Amino acid sequence: MNKNVNIKSLIIDKPLKLDCGETINNFPLAYETYGILNEKKDNAILVFHALTGDQFVSGTNPVTKKDGWWSHAVGPDKAIDTDKYFVICANVIGGCMGSFGPSNTNSETKKIYGTSFPVITINDMVNAHYNLLELFKIEKLFAVIGGSMGGMQVLQFVSNFPNKVKIAVPIACTSNHSAQNIAFNELGRQSIMADVNWTGGNYSNQNKNPDKGLSVARMAAHITYLSKNGLQEKFGRKLQERDNLKFSFDADFQIESYLRHQGAVFVDRFDANSYLYITRAMDYFDLIKEYGGNLSKAFAKTKTKFLIISFTSDWLYPTSENKEIVIALNAIGVDVGFVEIESDKGHDSFLLNIPEFLDTLRDYINTSYLKN
Amino acid sequence: MKQEFKIIADLIEKKTRVLDVGCGDGTLMEFLQNNKEIDIRGIEISKSNVQKCIGKGLTVIEGDAEKDLSQFPDRSFDFVILSQTLQAFLNPEEVISELLRVGKKAIVTIPNFGYWKVRLHLLIKGTMPITRTLPDEWYNTPNLHMCTIQDFFSFCENRKINLYKSIALQNFKSSKITNSNLTLKNLTAVLGIFLIEK
Repeated sequence: MNKNVNIKSLIIDKPLKLDCGETINNFPLAYETYGILNEKKDNAILVFHALTGDQFVSGTNPVTKKDGWWSHAVGPDKAIDTDKYFVICANVIGGCMGSFGPSNTNSETKKIYGTSFPVITINDMVNAHYNLLELFKIEKLFAVIGGSMGGMQVLQFVSNFPNKVKIAVPIACTSNHSAQNIAFNELGRQSIMADVNWTGGNYSNQNKNPDKGLSVARMAAHITYLSKNGLQEKFGRKLQERDNLKFSFDADFQIESYLRHQGAVFVDRFDANSYLYITRAMDYFDLIKEYGGNLSKAFAKTKTKFLIISFTSDWLYPTSENKEIVIALNAIGVDVGFVEIESDKGHDSFLLNIPEFLDTLRDYINTSYLKN
Repeated sequence: MKQEFKIIADLIEKKTRVLDVGCGDGTLMEFLQNNKEIDIRGIEISKSNVQKCIGKGLTVIEGDAEKDLSQFPDRSFDFVILSQTLQAFLNPEEVISELLRVGKKAIVTIPNFGYWKVRLHLLIKGTMPITRTLPDEWYNTPNLHMCTIQDFFSFCENRKINLYKSIALQNFKSSKITNSNLTLKNLTAVLGIFLIEK
Protein backbone atom coordinates (compact mmCIF):
# COMPACT_ATOMS: atom_id res chain seq x y z
CA MET A 1 0.00 0.00 0.00
CA ASN A 2 2.58 2.59 1.01
CA LYS A 3 5.41 3.16 -1.40
CA ASN A 4 7.83 3.88 1.44
CA VAL A 5 8.70 7.27 0.03
CA ASN A 6 9.80 9.90 2.54
CA ILE A 7 8.32 8.04 5.45
CA LYS A 8 10.06 8.72 8.75
CA SER A 9 9.65 6.08 11.33
CA LEU A 10 10.69 5.38 14.85
CA ILE A 11 11.49 1.78 15.70
CA ILE A 12 10.08 1.20 19.16
CA ASP A 13 12.32 -1.25 20.96
CA LYS A 14 10.48 -1.12 24.28
CA PRO A 15 8.00 -4.00 24.44
CA LEU A 16 4.39 -2.84 24.32
CA LYS A 17 1.81 -5.01 26.05
CA LEU A 18 -1.42 -4.80 24.09
CA ASP A 19 -4.91 -4.96 25.58
CA CYS A 20 -5.48 -8.29 23.79
CA GLY A 21 -2.68 -9.82 25.90
CA GLU A 22 0.03 -10.03 23.25
CA THR A 23 3.25 -8.08 23.51
CA ILE A 24 4.85 -6.44 20.49
CA ASN A 25 8.54 -5.56 20.10
CA ASN A 26 10.75 -3.66 17.69
CA PHE A 27 7.90 -2.25 15.69
CA PRO A 28 7.80 0.85 13.50
CA LEU A 29 5.79 3.99 14.25
CA ALA A 30 5.69 6.22 11.19
CA TYR A 31 5.48 9.93 11.93
CA GLU A 32 5.83 13.36 10.41
CA THR A 33 6.63 16.71 12.00
CA TYR A 34 5.94 20.30 10.98
CA GLY A 35 7.46 23.47 12.38
CA ILE A 36 10.29 23.73 14.89
CA LEU A 37 10.48 22.51 18.46
CA ASN A 38 11.60 25.54 20.48
CA GLU A 39 14.36 25.50 23.06
CA LYS A 40 11.99 25.28 26.02
CA LYS A 41 10.22 22.43 24.24
CA ASP A 42 6.89 23.90 25.27
CA ASN A 43 5.36 24.33 21.82
CA ALA A 44 4.73 20.73 20.78
CA ILE A 45 1.29 19.71 19.54
CA LEU A 46 0.47 16.06 18.98
CA VAL A 47 -2.28 15.64 16.40
CA PHE A 48 -4.12 12.31 16.24
CA HIS A 49 -5.65 11.20 12.97
CA ALA A 50 -9.05 9.61 12.35
CA LEU A 51 -9.93 6.20 10.89
CA THR A 52 -8.52 6.65 7.41
CA GLY A 53 -6.03 9.43 8.11
CA ASP A 54 -2.25 9.21 8.38
CA GLN A 55 0.75 11.17 9.60
CA PHE A 56 0.65 13.59 6.67
CA VAL A 57 -1.56 16.15 8.34
CA SER A 58 -0.34 19.16 6.33
CA GLY A 59 1.54 19.98 3.15
CA THR A 60 1.51 17.38 0.37
CA ASN A 61 1.14 13.73 1.20
CA PRO A 62 4.17 12.16 -0.55
CA VAL A 63 2.34 8.89 -1.15
CA THR A 64 -0.99 10.13 -2.50
CA LYS A 65 0.42 13.43 -3.85
CA LYS A 66 -2.67 15.12 -2.43
CA ASP A 67 -2.97 17.77 0.27
CA GLY A 68 -2.50 16.52 3.82
CA TRP A 69 -5.80 15.49 5.41
CA TRP A 70 -5.97 18.52 7.71
CA SER A 71 -4.18 21.13 5.63
CA HIS A 72 -7.10 23.54 6.20
CA ALA A 73 -6.23 23.54 9.89
CA VAL A 74 -2.51 22.83 10.12
CA GLY A 75 0.26 24.79 8.41
CA PRO A 76 1.97 28.16 8.36
CA ASP A 77 -0.52 30.82 9.52
CA LYS A 78 -3.28 28.22 9.89
CA ALA A 79 -5.37 27.57 13.03
CA ILE A 80 -2.62 25.24 14.22
CA ASP A 81 0.20 27.49 13.10
CA THR A 82 3.36 25.59 12.22
CA ASP A 83 5.31 28.86 12.30
CA LYS A 84 4.65 28.91 16.05
CA TYR A 85 4.15 25.30 17.04
CA PHE A 86 5.91 22.02 16.50
CA VAL A 87 3.28 19.64 15.19
CA ILE A 88 3.79 15.89 15.41
CA CYS A 89 1.45 13.39 13.82
CA ALA A 90 1.98 9.64 13.68
CA ASN A 91 0.24 6.86 11.82
CA VAL A 92 -1.65 4.72 14.34
CA ILE A 93 -0.50 1.17 14.90
CA GLY A 94 -2.79 -1.05 12.89
CA GLY A 95 -2.60 1.52 10.09
CA CYS A 96 -1.07 1.25 6.64
CA MET A 97 1.13 4.32 6.18
CA GLY A 98 4.31 2.89 7.62
CA SER A 99 3.34 2.07 11.21
CA PHE A 100 3.15 -1.49 12.46
CA GLY A 101 0.02 -2.95 10.88
CA PRO A 102 -1.54 -6.00 9.25
CA SER A 103 0.16 -5.24 5.91
CA ASN A 104 3.59 -5.65 7.54
CA THR A 105 5.58 -8.83 7.06
CA ASN A 106 5.94 -11.13 10.04
CA SER A 107 9.69 -11.56 10.46
CA GLU A 108 9.29 -15.12 11.71
CA THR A 109 6.98 -16.52 9.03
CA LYS A 110 8.15 -14.11 6.30
CA LYS A 111 4.50 -13.71 5.40
CA ILE A 112 2.29 -10.66 5.56
CA TYR A 113 0.40 -10.64 8.85
CA GLY A 114 -3.13 -10.15 7.54
CA THR A 115 -5.60 -11.24 10.19
CA SER A 116 -2.85 -12.90 12.22
CA PHE A 117 -2.00 -9.36 13.33
CA PRO A 118 -3.07 -8.81 16.97
CA VAL A 119 -6.29 -6.87 17.60
CA ILE A 120 -5.31 -3.40 18.76
CA THR A 121 -7.20 -0.77 20.75
CA ILE A 122 -7.24 3.02 21.08
CA ASN A 123 -5.33 2.51 24.33
CA ASP A 124 -2.61 0.55 22.47
CA MET A 125 -2.42 3.29 19.83
CA VAL A 126 -1.78 6.10 22.32
CA ASN A 127 0.66 3.99 24.33
CA ALA A 128 2.67 3.52 21.14
CA HIS A 129 2.43 7.27 20.39
CA TYR A 130 3.81 8.11 23.82
CA ASN A 131 7.24 7.01 22.60
CA LEU A 132 7.32 10.15 20.46
CA LEU A 133 7.66 12.28 23.62
CA GLU A 134 10.77 10.35 24.50
CA LEU A 135 12.10 10.59 20.95
CA PHE A 136 11.91 14.39 21.03
CA LYS A 137 12.69 14.59 24.76
CA ILE A 138 9.49 16.52 25.38
CA GLU A 139 8.57 16.65 29.07
CA LYS A 140 5.09 18.02 28.49
CA LEU A 141 3.11 18.48 25.30
CA PHE A 142 1.50 21.86 24.82
CA ALA A 143 -1.53 20.29 23.15
CA VAL A 144 -3.15 17.08 22.00
CA ILE A 145 -5.77 17.59 19.30
CA GLY A 146 -7.85 15.27 17.15
CA GLY A 147 -11.25 14.73 15.58
CA SER A 148 -13.39 11.61 15.44
CA MET A 149 -11.14 8.63 16.29
CA GLY A 150 -8.43 11.27 16.82
CA GLY A 151 -10.63 12.74 19.55
CA MET A 152 -10.94 9.36 21.22
CA GLN A 153 -7.15 9.16 21.26
CA VAL A 154 -7.01 12.63 22.83
CA LEU A 155 -9.28 11.43 25.66
CA GLN A 156 -7.35 8.19 26.12
CA PHE A 157 -3.98 9.96 26.01
CA VAL A 158 -4.89 12.45 28.75
CA SER A 159 -6.38 9.71 30.86
CA ASN A 160 -3.24 7.53 30.47
CA PHE A 161 -0.78 10.41 30.88
CA PRO A 162 -2.51 12.98 33.09
CA ASN A 163 0.58 15.17 33.62
CA LYS A 164 1.85 15.25 30.09
CA VAL A 165 -0.51 17.68 28.37
CA LYS A 166 -1.36 21.36 28.89
CA ILE A 167 -4.45 21.56 26.68
CA ALA A 168 -6.58 18.90 25.02
CA VAL A 169 -9.02 19.44 22.17
CA PRO A 170 -11.18 16.41 21.37
CA ILE A 171 -13.39 17.25 18.39
CA ALA A 172 -16.56 15.49 17.17
CA CYS A 173 -15.97 12.36 19.20
CA THR A 174 -17.35 10.20 21.97
CA SER A 175 -16.26 8.43 25.12
CA ASN A 176 -17.65 5.12 23.84
CA HIS A 177 -18.91 3.87 20.52
CA SER A 178 -22.70 3.77 20.23
CA ALA A 179 -24.58 0.74 18.87
CA GLN A 180 -25.21 2.74 15.69
CA ASN A 181 -21.50 3.38 15.21
CA ILE A 182 -20.61 -0.26 15.84
CA ALA A 183 -23.33 -1.23 13.36
CA PHE A 184 -21.90 0.96 10.61
CA ASN A 185 -18.40 -0.33 11.23
CA GLU A 186 -19.65 -3.90 11.10
CA LEU A 187 -21.34 -3.15 7.78
CA GLY A 188 -17.98 -2.00 6.42
CA ARG A 189 -16.13 -5.03 7.75
CA GLN A 190 -18.70 -7.47 6.39
CA SER A 191 -18.50 -5.80 3.02
CA ILE A 192 -14.71 -6.36 2.93
CA MET A 193 -15.02 -9.92 4.14
CA ALA A 194 -17.72 -10.67 1.57
CA ASP A 195 -15.29 -9.86 -1.25
CA VAL A 196 -13.87 -13.15 -2.59
CA ASN A 197 -10.51 -11.45 -2.96
CA TRP A 198 -10.28 -10.88 0.77
CA THR A 199 -9.41 -14.59 1.12
CA GLY A 200 -9.72 -14.68 4.88
CA GLY A 201 -7.43 -11.67 5.17
CA ASN A 202 -4.59 -13.39 3.33
CA TYR A 203 -4.99 -11.47 0.04
CA SER A 204 -1.57 -9.81 0.02
CA ASN A 205 0.23 -13.15 0.13
CA GLN A 206 -1.84 -14.18 -2.91
CA ASN A 207 -1.38 -10.94 -4.84
CA LYS A 208 -5.05 -10.11 -4.59
CA ASN A 209 -6.90 -7.15 -3.13
CA PRO A 210 -10.54 -6.89 -1.99
CA ASP A 211 -11.08 -3.64 -3.88
CA LYS A 212 -14.80 -4.08 -4.30
CA GLY A 213 -15.47 -4.84 -0.65
CA LEU A 214 -13.24 -2.05 0.62
CA SER A 215 -14.78 0.43 -1.78
CA VAL A 216 -18.33 -0.44 -0.68
CA ALA A 217 -17.21 -0.10 2.96
CA ARG A 218 -15.91 3.36 2.16
CA MET A 219 -19.08 4.34 0.29
CA ALA A 220 -21.28 3.32 3.21
CA ALA A 221 -19.03 5.06 5.72
CA HIS A 222 -18.87 8.18 3.59
CA ILE A 223 -22.64 8.61 3.85
CA THR A 224 -22.34 8.62 7.63
CA TYR A 225 -19.80 11.45 7.46
CA LEU A 226 -22.26 13.76 5.67
CA SER A 227 -25.72 15.01 6.52
CA LYS A 228 -29.06 14.72 4.79
CA ASN A 229 -29.25 18.46 4.17
CA GLY A 230 -25.64 18.64 3.04
CA LEU A 231 -26.20 15.83 0.52
CA GLN A 232 -29.47 17.30 -0.68
CA GLU A 233 -27.92 20.71 -1.17
CA LYS A 234 -24.84 19.42 -3.00
CA PHE A 235 -26.41 16.68 -5.10
CA GLY A 236 -30.18 16.69 -4.82
CA ARG A 237 -31.48 14.52 -7.66
CA LYS A 238 -28.99 15.93 -10.17
CA LEU A 239 -28.04 13.54 -12.94
CA GLN A 240 -24.47 12.62 -13.83
CA GLU A 241 -23.46 13.89 -17.27
CA ARG A 242 -26.77 12.94 -18.83
CA ASP A 243 -30.13 14.57 -19.46
CA ASN A 244 -32.38 11.62 -18.75
CA LEU A 245 -32.49 8.46 -16.71
CA LYS A 246 -30.88 5.55 -18.57
CA PHE A 247 -33.16 2.85 -17.17
CA SER A 248 -30.11 0.86 -16.07
CA PHE A 249 -27.94 0.44 -13.01
CA ASP A 250 -25.26 2.84 -14.14
CA ALA A 251 -24.55 5.81 -11.95
CA ASP A 252 -27.42 7.96 -13.19
CA PHE A 253 -27.35 10.28 -10.20
CA GLN A 254 -24.44 12.49 -9.22
CA ILE A 255 -24.54 11.16 -5.69
CA GLU A 256 -23.98 7.62 -7.00
CA SER A 257 -21.09 8.70 -9.12
CA TYR A 258 -19.63 10.67 -6.21
CA LEU A 259 -19.79 7.70 -3.85
CA ARG A 260 -18.30 5.34 -6.44
CA HIS A 261 -15.45 7.78 -6.92
CA GLN A 262 -14.87 8.02 -3.16
CA GLY A 263 -14.76 4.23 -3.00
CA ALA A 264 -12.44 3.88 -5.99
CA VAL A 265 -9.82 6.38 -4.83
CA PHE A 266 -9.88 4.96 -1.32
CA VAL A 267 -8.73 1.47 -2.33
CA ASP A 268 -5.56 2.94 -3.83
CA ARG A 269 -4.44 4.34 -0.52
CA PHE A 270 -5.84 2.08 2.16
CA ASP A 271 -5.34 -1.50 3.24
CA ALA A 272 -8.53 -3.52 3.74
CA ASN A 273 -7.20 -5.35 6.78
CA SER A 274 -6.15 -2.05 8.38
CA TYR A 275 -9.75 -0.95 7.90
CA LEU A 276 -10.92 -4.01 9.83
CA TYR A 277 -8.42 -3.48 12.64
CA ILE A 278 -8.93 0.24 13.09
CA THR A 279 -12.74 0.07 13.02
CA ARG A 280 -12.48 -2.69 15.62
CA ALA A 281 -10.34 -0.47 17.81
CA MET A 282 -13.01 2.25 17.60
CA ASP A 283 -15.78 -0.20 18.49
CA TYR A 284 -13.86 -1.48 21.49
CA PHE A 285 -13.26 2.06 22.77
CA ASP A 286 -15.15 2.54 26.01
CA LEU A 287 -13.54 4.93 28.42
CA ILE A 288 -16.63 4.83 30.64
CA LYS A 289 -16.36 1.08 31.16
CA GLU A 290 -12.60 1.32 31.63
CA TYR A 291 -13.27 3.55 34.65
CA GLY A 292 -16.01 1.45 36.21
CA GLY A 293 -18.95 3.32 34.75
CA ASN A 294 -17.76 6.77 35.78
CA LEU A 295 -16.17 8.80 32.99
CA SER A 296 -15.08 11.51 35.43
CA LYS A 297 -12.63 9.06 37.00
CA ALA A 298 -10.74 8.90 33.70
CA PHE A 299 -9.69 12.50 34.29
CA ALA A 300 -9.52 12.64 38.07
CA LYS A 301 -5.74 13.07 38.12
CA THR A 302 -5.36 15.60 35.33
CA LYS A 303 -4.74 19.34 35.31
CA THR A 304 -5.09 19.44 31.54
CA LYS A 305 -7.45 22.11 30.16
CA PHE A 306 -10.06 20.88 27.70
CA LEU A 307 -11.98 22.38 24.82
CA ILE A 308 -14.66 20.12 23.38
CA ILE A 309 -16.06 20.95 19.94
CA SER A 310 -19.05 19.37 18.20
CA PHE A 311 -21.02 20.16 15.03
CA THR A 312 -24.77 20.68 14.73
CA SER A 313 -25.31 18.28 11.80
CA ASP A 314 -22.96 15.50 13.00
CA TRP A 315 -25.21 12.51 13.62
CA LEU A 316 -22.36 10.01 13.85
CA TYR A 317 -20.79 11.62 16.92
CA PRO A 318 -23.62 13.94 17.90
CA THR A 319 -23.41 16.92 20.23
CA SER A 320 -25.14 14.92 22.97
CA GLU A 321 -22.23 12.44 23.09
CA ASN A 322 -19.65 15.22 23.10
CA LYS A 323 -21.57 16.91 25.89
CA GLU A 324 -21.35 13.78 28.02
CA ILE A 325 -17.61 14.35 28.13
CA VAL A 326 -18.15 17.99 29.12
CA ILE A 327 -20.51 16.92 31.90
CA ALA A 328 -18.04 14.32 33.21
CA LEU A 329 -15.28 16.94 33.28
CA ASN A 330 -17.43 19.60 34.95
CA ALA A 331 -18.48 17.09 37.58
CA ILE A 332 -14.90 17.05 38.88
CA GLY A 333 -14.10 20.71 38.28
CA VAL A 334 -11.77 20.23 35.30
CA ASP A 335 -11.23 23.38 33.23
CA VAL A 336 -13.45 22.59 30.23
CA GLY A 337 -14.90 24.76 27.49
CA PHE A 338 -17.47 23.56 25.00
CA VAL A 339 -18.86 24.89 21.76
CA GLU A 340 -21.14 23.43 19.13
CA ILE A 341 -20.35 24.80 15.67
CA GLU A 342 -23.18 25.44 13.20
CA SER A 343 -22.56 23.42 10.05
CA ASP A 344 -24.63 21.34 7.62
CA LYS A 345 -21.62 19.28 6.54
CA GLY A 346 -22.14 16.47 9.05
CA HIS A 347 -19.31 14.65 10.81
CA ASP A 348 -16.91 15.65 8.02
CA SER A 349 -17.12 19.26 9.26
CA PHE A 350 -14.01 18.84 11.38
CA LEU A 351 -11.95 18.24 8.23
CA LEU A 352 -13.39 21.17 6.28
CA ASN A 353 -12.67 24.85 6.00
CA ILE A 354 -15.35 26.15 8.39
CA PRO A 355 -14.28 29.61 9.59
CA GLU A 356 -16.16 29.62 12.94
CA PHE A 357 -14.56 26.31 13.80
CA LEU A 358 -11.03 27.11 12.69
CA ASP A 359 -11.08 30.62 14.20
CA THR A 360 -12.25 29.26 17.54
CA LEU A 361 -9.55 26.59 17.44
CA ARG A 362 -6.86 29.11 16.50
CA ASP A 363 -7.80 31.65 19.18
CA TYR A 364 -8.10 28.98 21.86
CA ILE A 365 -4.67 27.53 21.03
CA ASN A 366 -2.98 30.92 20.88
CA THR A 367 -4.49 32.34 24.07
CA SER A 368 -3.85 29.08 25.94
CA TYR A 369 -0.21 29.09 24.86
CA LEU A 370 0.31 32.56 26.31
CA LYS A 371 -1.38 31.71 29.61
CA ASN A 372 0.32 29.87 32.39
CA MET B 1 -17.15 48.51 31.98
CA LYS B 2 -20.75 48.71 33.05
CA GLN B 3 -21.43 50.11 36.53
CA GLU B 4 -23.36 46.93 37.26
CA PHE B 5 -20.27 44.79 36.65
CA LYS B 6 -18.18 47.00 38.93
CA ILE B 7 -20.65 46.48 41.75
CA ILE B 8 -20.73 42.72 41.12
CA ALA B 9 -16.92 42.60 41.11
CA ASP B 10 -16.84 44.41 44.47
CA LEU B 11 -19.09 41.76 45.97
CA ILE B 12 -16.70 38.96 45.05
CA GLU B 13 -13.71 38.06 47.18
CA LYS B 14 -10.31 37.52 45.61
CA LYS B 15 -9.04 34.07 44.63
CA THR B 16 -12.43 32.42 44.70
CA ARG B 17 -14.16 30.07 42.26
CA VAL B 18 -16.91 31.77 40.28
CA LEU B 19 -19.47 30.70 37.67
CA ASP B 20 -20.95 33.37 35.40
CA VAL B 21 -24.33 32.15 34.15
CA GLY B 22 -25.19 33.81 30.86
CA CYS B 23 -21.70 35.26 30.59
CA GLY B 24 -22.32 36.98 27.24
CA ASP B 25 -19.11 37.94 25.48
CA GLY B 26 -17.09 37.41 28.65
CA THR B 27 -16.51 41.07 29.63
CA LEU B 28 -17.18 40.49 33.32
CA MET B 29 -15.29 37.18 33.32
CA GLU B 30 -12.19 38.83 31.87
CA PHE B 31 -12.33 41.61 34.43
CA LEU B 32 -12.66 39.20 37.34
CA GLN B 33 -9.92 36.94 36.03
CA ASN B 34 -7.45 39.76 35.49
CA ASN B 35 -8.19 41.89 38.53
CA LYS B 36 -9.20 39.47 41.25
CA GLU B 37 -7.28 36.29 40.36
CA ILE B 38 -10.53 34.45 40.16
CA ASP B 39 -10.91 30.94 38.78
CA ILE B 40 -13.89 31.72 36.59
CA ARG B 41 -16.11 29.60 34.37
CA GLY B 42 -19.00 30.67 32.19
CA ILE B 43 -22.09 29.22 30.62
CA GLU B 44 -23.70 30.96 27.65
CA ILE B 45 -26.49 30.10 25.23
CA SER B 46 -25.38 32.13 22.19
CA LYS B 47 -22.91 30.33 19.92
CA SER B 48 -21.22 33.51 18.72
CA ASN B 49 -20.72 34.72 22.29
CA VAL B 50 -19.29 31.34 23.30
CA GLN B 51 -16.86 31.52 20.39
CA LYS B 52 -15.81 35.04 21.45
CA CYS B 53 -15.21 33.88 25.02
CA ILE B 54 -13.22 30.81 24.01
CA GLY B 55 -11.20 32.98 21.66
CA LYS B 56 -10.29 35.18 24.63
CA GLY B 57 -9.10 32.10 26.48
CA LEU B 58 -12.06 32.05 28.85
CA THR B 59 -13.48 28.73 29.99
CA VAL B 60 -17.03 28.79 28.75
CA ILE B 61 -19.46 26.04 27.87
CA GLU B 62 -22.30 26.50 25.44
CA GLY B 63 -25.49 25.63 27.23
CA ASP B 64 -28.86 26.58 28.63
CA ALA B 65 -28.82 27.45 32.33
CA GLU B 66 -32.24 25.87 32.74
CA LYS B 67 -30.91 22.47 31.68
CA ASP B 68 -27.18 22.53 32.03
CA LEU B 69 -26.58 23.79 35.57
CA SER B 70 -27.44 20.31 36.77
CA GLN B 71 -24.01 19.02 35.68
CA PHE B 72 -22.22 21.07 38.34
CA PRO B 73 -21.83 19.46 41.75
CA ASP B 74 -23.34 21.00 44.91
CA ARG B 75 -21.49 24.03 46.23
CA SER B 76 -18.77 23.70 43.58
CA PHE B 77 -18.43 27.48 43.25
CA ASP B 78 -17.98 30.21 45.85
CA PHE B 79 -20.12 32.61 43.81
CA VAL B 80 -22.55 32.13 40.94
CA ILE B 81 -23.47 35.24 38.96
CA LEU B 82 -26.73 35.78 37.07
CA SER B 83 -26.84 39.18 35.46
CA GLN B 84 -30.17 40.47 34.12
CA THR B 85 -31.40 37.13 32.79
CA LEU B 86 -33.59 35.77 35.59
CA GLN B 87 -36.69 37.23 33.96
CA ALA B 88 -35.98 35.39 30.67
CA PHE B 89 -36.18 31.87 32.08
CA LEU B 90 -39.23 29.65 31.81
CA ASN B 91 -38.86 28.73 35.45
CA PRO B 92 -36.94 31.40 37.41
CA GLU B 93 -37.80 29.77 40.71
CA GLU B 94 -36.02 26.57 39.71
CA VAL B 95 -33.04 28.52 38.33
CA ILE B 96 -32.60 30.37 41.63
CA SER B 97 -32.66 27.12 43.52
CA GLU B 98 -30.04 25.69 41.13
CA LEU B 99 -27.84 28.78 41.56
CA LEU B 100 -27.97 28.32 45.31
CA ARG B 101 -27.21 24.61 45.03
CA VAL B 102 -24.17 25.04 42.75
CA GLY B 103 -22.86 28.15 44.48
CA LYS B 104 -22.25 28.88 48.13
CA LYS B 105 -23.54 32.36 47.32
CA ALA B 106 -25.26 33.82 44.28
CA ILE B 107 -25.31 37.31 42.82
CA VAL B 108 -28.53 38.05 40.96
CA THR B 109 -29.31 41.29 39.18
CA ILE B 110 -32.76 42.23 37.88
CA PRO B 111 -34.08 45.08 35.77
CA ASN B 112 -36.57 46.70 38.16
CA PHE B 113 -40.11 46.75 36.78
CA GLY B 114 -41.07 49.02 39.66
CA TYR B 115 -38.83 51.84 38.37
CA TRP B 116 -40.89 55.03 38.08
CA LYS B 117 -40.32 55.48 34.34
CA VAL B 118 -41.65 51.97 33.73
CA ARG B 119 -44.69 52.66 35.87
CA LEU B 120 -45.27 56.03 34.23
CA HIS B 121 -44.95 54.60 30.74
CA LEU B 122 -47.70 52.08 31.45
CA LEU B 123 -49.82 54.61 33.31
CA ILE B 124 -49.62 57.42 30.74
CA LYS B 125 -49.17 55.60 27.43
CA GLY B 126 -51.07 52.46 28.35
CA THR B 127 -48.59 50.33 26.39
CA MET B 128 -45.93 47.90 27.55
CA PRO B 129 -42.99 49.88 28.94
CA ILE B 130 -39.86 50.32 26.84
CA THR B 131 -36.78 51.70 28.59
CA ARG B 132 -33.00 51.48 28.28
CA THR B 133 -32.85 48.25 30.29
CA LEU B 134 -36.06 46.92 28.75
CA PRO B 135 -35.61 47.83 25.08
CA ASP B 136 -37.87 45.25 23.38
CA GLU B 137 -41.49 45.30 22.31
CA TRP B 138 -43.96 42.99 24.06
CA TYR B 139 -44.03 40.64 21.06
CA ASN B 140 -40.30 40.09 20.75
CA THR B 141 -39.01 40.51 24.28
CA PRO B 142 -37.10 37.56 25.75
CA ASN B 143 -38.44 38.61 29.15
CA LEU B 144 -41.13 36.27 30.41
CA HIS B 145 -41.16 36.98 34.12
CA MET B 146 -40.57 40.64 34.92
CA CYS B 147 -40.45 41.52 38.59
CA THR B 148 -39.79 44.46 40.84
CA ILE B 149 -37.21 44.84 43.59
CA GLN B 150 -40.03 44.50 46.05
CA ASP B 151 -41.17 41.25 44.41
CA PHE B 152 -37.67 39.85 44.67
CA PHE B 153 -37.48 40.82 48.33
CA SER B 154 -40.66 38.95 49.18
CA PHE B 155 -39.62 36.01 46.98
CA CYS B 156 -36.45 35.59 49.05
CA GLU B 157 -38.30 36.09 52.32
CA ASN B 158 -40.89 33.42 51.49
CA ARG B 159 -38.24 30.88 50.52
CA LYS B 160 -35.95 31.60 53.48
CA ILE B 161 -33.24 32.85 51.13
CA ASN B 162 -30.87 35.12 52.97
CA LEU B 163 -30.50 38.52 51.28
CA TYR B 164 -26.91 39.18 52.21
CA LYS B 165 -26.61 42.46 50.38
CA SER B 166 -29.12 44.42 48.31
CA ILE B 167 -28.01 47.30 46.13
CA ALA B 168 -30.06 49.70 44.06
CA LEU B 169 -28.52 51.12 40.92
CA GLN B 170 -29.87 54.33 39.47
CA ASN B 171 -27.93 55.65 36.51
CA PHE B 172 -24.41 55.77 37.96
CA LYS B 173 -25.39 55.96 41.61
CA SER B 174 -25.61 52.89 43.76
CA SER B 175 -27.12 52.68 47.23
CA LYS B 176 -28.07 50.08 49.80
CA ILE B 177 -31.59 48.77 49.89
CA THR B 178 -32.99 48.17 53.37
CA ASN B 179 -36.40 47.19 54.65
CA SER B 180 -37.07 50.79 55.58
CA ASN B 181 -36.20 52.36 52.19
CA LEU B 182 -37.51 49.48 50.09
CA THR B 183 -40.62 51.29 48.82
CA LEU B 184 -38.58 54.28 47.71
CA LYS B 185 -35.77 52.24 46.09
CA ASN B 186 -38.37 50.17 44.29
CA LEU B 187 -39.46 53.40 42.65
CA THR B 188 -36.07 54.98 41.92
CA ALA B 189 -33.79 52.05 41.01
CA VAL B 190 -33.27 50.92 37.43
CA LEU B 191 -31.53 47.76 38.54
CA GLY B 192 -31.47 45.65 41.69
CA ILE B 193 -28.32 43.72 42.61
CA PHE B 194 -28.60 41.02 45.25
CA LEU B 195 -26.09 38.83 47.01
CA ILE B 196 -28.04 35.85 48.27
CA GLU B 197 -27.42 32.56 50.04
CA LYS B 198 -29.54 29.72 51.26
